[in-house]
Amino acid sequence: MTEYNFAYLDEQTKRMIRRAILKGLAIPGYQVPFASREMPMPYGWGTGGVQVSAAVLTPSDTFKVIDQGADDTTNAVSIRTFFQRTAGVATTTATSDATVIQTRHRIPEEPLHEGQILVYQVPIPEPLRFLEPRESETRKMHSLEEYGLMHVKLYEDISRHGHIATSYAYPVKVEGRYVMDPSPIPKFDNAKLGDMAAIQLFGAGREQRIYALPPYTQVVSLDFEDHPFEASKADHLCGMCGANDSYLDELIIDDLGGRMFVCSDTDYCEARQAAGHKGKDAA
Amino acid sequence: MTPLLSVQGITKRYGAHIGCADVSFDLYPGEVMGIVGESGSGKSTLLNCMAGHLIPDAGQVVFDTRTDGPRDTITMSEPERRMLGRTDWAFVHQHARDGLRMGVSAGGNVGERLMAVGERNYGDIRDKATDWLGRVEIDATRVDDRPTTFSGGMQQRLQIARNLVTGPRLVFMDEPTGGLDVSVQARLLDLLRGLVRDMGLSAIIVTHDLAVVRLLADRLMVMKSGRVVEAGLTDQVLDDPQHAYSQLLVSSVLQV
Repeated sequence: MTEYNFAYLDEQTKRMIRRAILKGLAIPGYQVPFASREMPMPYGWGTGGVQVSAAVLTPSDTFKVIDQGADDTTNAVSIRTFFQRTAGVATTTATSDATVIQTRHRIPEEPLHEGQILVYQVPIPEPLRFLEPRESETRKMHSLEEYGLMHVKLYEDISRHGHIATSYAYPVKVEGRYVMDPSPIPKFDNAKLGDMAAIQLFGAGREQRIYALPPYTQVVSLDFEDHPFEASKADHLCGMCGANDSYLDELIIDDLGGRMFVCSDTDYCEARQAAGHKGKDAA
Repeated sequence: MTPLLSVQGITKRYGAHIGCADVSFDLYPGEVMGIVGESGSGKSTLLNCMAGHLIPDAGQVVFDTRTDGPRDTITMSEPERRMLGRTDWAFVHQHARDGLRMGVSAGGNVGERLMAVGERNYGDIRDKATDWLGRVEIDATRVDDRPTTFSGGMQQRLQIARNLVTGPRLVFMDEPTGGLDVSVQARLLDLLRGLVRDMGLSAIIVTHDLAVVRLLADRLMVMKSGRVVEAGLTDQVLDDPQHAYSQLLVSSVLQV
């Protein structure tokens, strides 16, 4: 055999994954088990996301991969190349041009539009996992809607730190029913989860779970009445493009305590710079 | 008067072996029932059947619910039974570790039941947790400490606070004083007696310690080989045991 099947996986496997995706879309936030395959990359590198992408890609799609918002880091480059070689699809770094975007730990800054699919890589799909180790029990808690324990975690945060210190993988409630782990995106991105025009698919390869948010789904971040949810970010402007509305990475630039803040979304930052915006650290 | 809990013909077999057989009794509001017997006599099996942890092979456990009156908790749907388990019922385990979340602070442990029934105000939850720690004689400054840093007696008192915070009407206790030294036992019993009387709780206490039932229980059932061999008022059974096994049990207590 000289060629891979389109998008690496065989057609039967893709059908199986699509069935799981459809079930996930029908029950927003519910974790659908699926028979995750061995992929040619280690667990933790996005095997779940890659399988979901493989199942939804068509030859006419344009594919984009981001890793912590960036198009040019190892994980993003290797997965993009993987689908270039096995599916021959067009790739892009521009958010608005892409039809399928696989992401690790970020939602692009630019609002997504209808017809786009956002695929998340999920390390641990079960939001209750570190509170309740038994899978049989967490499934029962989901089916009976017993989510008091999730608030125990937030309570612990406040009692220890004075505020809800969970800053990523912040638990959300979907359509008033399932509590869902939005994958380790910063809680700044939680606000974008709800009412999004694009389809959001979540794939966890090692844990063998797929879940999904159809377009325009109601997603509410859990909180307390007297400690409401806050989408936080570093209180700075982007050093390169001067944006005040994007999620920032903090970079250490010397050993004298020098640092700068830049957009974690490289495409957003570059587009702004090309449009003539300049931050204080821009060369 | 409707009994709070009416147990009829509870039978549980483990294969050919009998866990407990044909146990029936009524428990009225405010009453404390003691179940004594040696190890393996079926008292814990009976307690777990009543609390919904085990499914009995035969029999009914009818609980007088707040909304719908008497309901059989065994045929009731699981969500309803679990709801009872965190509102009107409480279960105190012998080992505090089984009933507590060891990785969560004392305040979080007490607050869990409140959050499970929909409490969403951090300040209120914390105030109630602190209040309950006070009631079980745990210093309020320990509210953010984990139970792993507590002594055995404190863990047991914390477990009690965690169970009583939602104001249950029926408490199941499985050897609540087991594994504690005698002076700690005495304090715990004193505390339990106070709480039971103040809150008008009904309780079912399983123990092999006759002193515990003497202090806490209004009525007593003696079990042997899965069957109830004698039942009656606590003082009556302990002072004038009729069945040979009860006589043996009472006479086995060491007099200091």
